[in-house]
Amino acid sequence: MKDVGFIALSYGLTVGSMLVFAILTVRRARTLSRSIPDRDKPWL
Amino acid sequence: MTTITTNSSRSTGTRATRVLGVVAIVLMTWVVVSGLFVTPADAVQLDSVRIMYVHVPSAWIAYLAFITTGIASGISVVRRHRSLGFDRVAGASAEVGVLFMAITLVTGSLWGRLTWGTFWQWDPRLTTTAFLFVTYVGYLAIRRLDATPQQRARRSSILALLAVLEIPLVHFSVVLWRSLHQEASVLNTDGDVRLDGLMLFTLFSGVLAFSAAFAWFVIHRQRVAALDDLRLTSGLDAALVERRAEAVTQ
Amino acid sequence: MRRTAAAVFRKDVLVELRSRALLTRVVPFAVLVLVLFAIALDSEPLVLRAGAGLVWMTTLFSALVVVQRSFEVERRDGALDVLKTLGVDGAALFVGKAAALIVQLLALVVVLLAGAVVLYGVNVEPSALVLLVTTAVLGSCGLGLVGTLYGGLVSGTSSRDTLLPLLLMPVTAPVLIGATRATESAFGGDVTDATTAWAWVGLLAVFCVLFAVAGAMSFGPLLDSDS
Repeated sequence: MKDVGFIALSYGLTVGSMLVFAILTVRRARTLSRSIPDRDKPWL
Repeated sequence: MTTITTNSSRSTGTRATRVLGVVAIVLMTWVVVSGLFVTPADAVQLDSVRIMYVHVPSAWIAYLAFITTGIASGISVVRRHRSLGFDRVAGASAEVGVLFMAITLVTGSLWGRLTWGTFWQWDPRLTTTAFLFVTYVGYLAIRRLDATPQQRARRSSILALLAVLEIPLVHFSVVLWRSLHQEASVLNTDGDVRLDGLMLFTLFSGVLAFSAAFAWFVIHRQRVAALDDLRLTSGLDAALVERRAEAVTQ
Repeated sequence: MRRTAAAVFRKDVLVELRSRALLTRVVPFAVLVLVLFAIALDSEPLVLRAGAGLVWMTTLFSALVVVQRSFEVERRDGALDVLKTLGVDGAALFVGKAAALIVQLLALVVVLLAGAVVLYGVNVEPSALVLLVTTAVLGSCGLGLVGTLYGGLVSGTSSRDTLLPLLLMPVTAPVLIGATRATESAFGGDVTDATTAWAWVGLLAVFCVLFAVAGAMSFGPLLDSDS
């Protein structure tokens, strides 16, 4: 039975940490993006 | 100094990265569903083999991130032009790499607990990954020091290139060291899994999914770093302008 | 370039001899660590078995202190800036500083090995002396080279005291593993045989060569980045 817990934990941590990382990145991107005009952004 | 300009896009995304993001999410969902429910349990390892579907791709991508940081740092050192851009890629790749290394170590540890009963094995791959993890934490710490982008680029590039030298040495030392304990380790980390078609396919999808996620992460973090540097220099510029204005009025 | 390196070497050694920090502070600290290990492990056979590892672990910890000192000396009077303005070749600076550091570490290792013989009851056969000396020299070289290189990397930064141990830990692993296995064999344990011990010595030698070259190449650019 402990198998299920560990497997769920593995998947949960993997997906969860990636989601958190993504959210933090997007949040920071939005904050920074507001204060810099588009012409300065090299990818646009 | 946060002026909100009217012609600013909301984020660091472009159409290409949105497509990439969607692809990554779709693939990941497939991997999770397939890994947890669709694929059969292994004959020897039973259900614990399911952890492999996230552990193995994560390990591969962690090493990919390491190689990316190394190459980007190498280019950053050699090419004067664009060296800051490559340094940012190196830094972004390292940040993402640390994430995947942590995932690799944790999932590997959980898998080990299920399969052998211990959370940790001193086998070469796990041990080297642990050392790699610490090396990268140190690399990120160096990057965080107060410095101009140029100084940061120079220092961290050298550190990254030294890491490329050091990691194979560490790996070789650990391999040599553990080979002397042959009698103790009968099981290898892969656990002798015979993969059937669906399991192999899920593993392969996992590698694709994690690669897409890796690319998405690195692109966005690199752009965030570029914005950060821009804000730093434009802040300096604005301060200079103000100072000159002061000087004129005095 | 050899003259510059020799001059830097002499300067560092003279600074050390005059302050005698190594003798009066680092060596007692190291010997004390050996004693504390014995107390903490509280088992003579265990300590005897672990003797080689304890010697090199202690050397590693002490090396951190010595490296920090080596660069603190430069930083305090802005000596590094003076050297840079004089156009001192980065490689020469690296070789000189590393050599001075290696000499100090070697002295420390010798004292610690003697400590292991005295405190832990280690017995060294005369036939194993060559192995022991070679290991001590190459181990000190390895630690000295990466210590100088990484010490230079963090010198002048605000968090150098906490960063240096973090950075050095993974890099020194091959030295620690190799030197310990080889020293174990010299101490007469049956864990590592002589041929394997010499293979480890070979690894140490490769390590030293690689980092000597890497250090000499990187030191110049590294100093430039501190402007």
